[in-house]
Amino acid sequence: MSLNNDKAILKVNALQLHFGQGGGLFRSSRTYLRAVDGVSFKLYEGETLGLVGESGCGKSSLAKALLNLHKPNAGSVHYRETDIAGLSDSAMRKYRRALQMIFQDPFESLNSRHTVEVILEEPLIIHKVGDRESRRRRVAELLEMVGLPLSAASKYPHEFSGGQRQRIGIARAIALEPEILICDEAVSALDVSVQAQILNLLLDIQQKLKLSIIFISHDLAVVRHMSDRIAVMYLGQIVEIADAESIYSQPRHPYTQGLLASIPRLGETSPIEAHISGDLPSPIAPPSGCRFHTRCPHRQARCEQEAPILQANEGSEHATACHFWPEIATTRLLA
Amino acid sequence: MSLLSVEQLSVAIRGDDGIQRELVSAISFAIATGQTMGLVGESGCGKSLTAMAILDLLPKPQALRSGGKILFKGSDLSQLNNKALREIRGHKIAVIFQDPMSALNPVQQIGRQIMEVLKLHFPKQSNAIHRARVLELLTEVGIPAPAERLNAYPHQLSGGMRQRVMIAMALACEPELLIADEPTTALDVTIQAQIVRLLKKLQAKNGMAMLFITHDLALVSQLSDHIAVMYAGKIVEYGPATQIFSQARHPYTQGLLASLPGAGHPPKSPLHSLDGQVPAIDNMPVGCRFANRCRYAQDICQTPPANEVITKQADSHEVVSVACHLWRSISP
Repeated sequence: MSLNNDKAILKVNALQLHFGQGGGLFRSSRTYLRAVDGVSFKLYEGETLGLVGESGCGKSSLAKALLNLHKPNAGSVHYRETDIAGLSDSAMRKYRRALQMIFQDPFESLNSRHTVEVILEEPLIIHKVGDRESRRRRVAELLEMVGLPLSAASKYPHEFSGGQRQRIGIARAIALEPEILICDEAVSALDVSVQAQILNLLLDIQQKLKLSIIFISHDLAVVRHMSDRIAVMYLGQIVEIADAESIYSQPRHPYTQGLLASIPRLGETSPIEAHISGDLPSPIAPPSGCRFHTRCPHRQARCEQEAPILQANEGSEHATACHFWPEIATTRLLA
Repeated sequence: MSLLSVEQLSVAIRGDDGIQRELVSAISFAIATGQTMGLVGESGCGKSLTAMAILDLLPKPQALRSGGKILFKGSDLSQLNNKALREIRGHKIAVIFQDPMSALNPVQQIGRQIMEVLKLHFPKQSNAIHRARVLELLTEVGIPAPAERLNAYPHQLSGGMRQRVMIAMALACEPELLIADEPTTALDVTIQAQIVRLLKKLQAKNGMAMLFITHDLALVSQLSDHIAVMYAGKIVEYGPATQIFSQARHPYTQGLLASLPGAGHPPKSPLHSLDGQVPAIDNMPVGCRFANRCRYAQDICQTPPANEVITKQADSHEVVSVACHLWRSISP
């Protein structure tokens, strides 16, 4: 895939999303949960960008900030050339039409009192697409695209299995022919055999509709399968971003290395390595300097004081936020 | 002799209409001392019910053991009365569950909760001995500053730390068998790796046997000596872990393995997928339960397949068994 700057459909720059906590009328101390803390990346047309990291690293908050469901504190999101912060209500509706989301739990995100037909027709009505007749045809078309029988239209969400409900979620997300699809742990609740069906469906739909996808998951094998590029998040920041192949074959950041070493692999009987010790620190008071230094096996004095910047070498798209990654790479080679 | 030998175990649920429906149907497996058996399968296949049935922890009166034997060191647990069973539960056989938050008492300090186990099973020992043992356990499972954590409440700990407390509690009486039901499913991979390593280390030290229940095929392949694959209440394939993963014989096992991303699939290529769904409990076929999703299914599959034992060696633990009429013609 050519990484042409002009082809960036979404440009995120130094995005921050902080949630205030505590405080109140009689308490002066208000703390901030830094869910997303200075994240920059681009999403190119037609690509899938995988977003990985452990729970609480800010993946889902980032997705919500992109949709403007939470207003960012600082930084910007550009959709093509437009800054979404300044959009009027009607322009924002258009933007939301271009950017759709699939959630982890399709049962909670589908209205249980509506039939599938009503659920799928609703976005078309809101965005004033077609007349009743053409909307009905579109619903039938959508059902076919996601591999559900026409008879599904008159049923309610509870009548479907988890995998089928996720198909309904996908049908609703593509109803308005979006350009960008955000999948937030879209297959995490599904069994492997069903997961495979849904992943295949997503790949198929991406090709047909030329979608750009942001694929959020904690499952690194699934992300590897789906993504062209991958961004690794830790405590609200991207610590490494590169094409999927490089991330998996030559991870540079110690966190990425530890994360990959922690994945159980099929049929590998060697004991699982626990590279990363300890727990995720609190995002309310993240560690000084490099946020990973409290768990990093390679930390040095500098890591506690100076925050590393996410940067790529000249002529490379592989960016790493670590002071010492070249040294670590050398020692890994020698080991 | 096996430490635990489950023979023809069935578990049924009684519905509001009074009809009993079998969710686990005549399954058999055995675990030897110091060994790990992995029980894998997708949600609803009956793996957790199997675990609960072993210790008679089924939610009564809806769920009940409807048949079979559970031999622990030769004695049938299903014949024991409550008092005798209480002495085995938590002492000889311990359990850890997926969600430590709902298994721990939220309004009791963790030190006291672990001591409770010791008090129950060793009533003659003094409090001071129990306290020292709790500290030792918390250190063993890798909880930093254990003396301070004794007085912590479960909500003050992270998910990984809570699971460590559960493990400390389960190991308090040095059980001979640990039943671990999805113990790492709710945890992040880095924490999962820590917990799995801890379990392996403690197992090597105490010579404890483990029944590890999970839906994660990769994880179970790394942990287990033997693996049983469950589908719709039946064990469809059983054997040494290396055999199951290198040459799966049952079409369901083959399909599961092939549907994992990364297992030989180039990125972004279509994954093998098992179409269709598990038959409904009311509508369980008489024959092979996997037949409706099986791409090899033939007429003979309308009759129930027997558990066919394939390689029988002198050591009974090296048995591979598969419940498929057609395995000979479809094996890779």
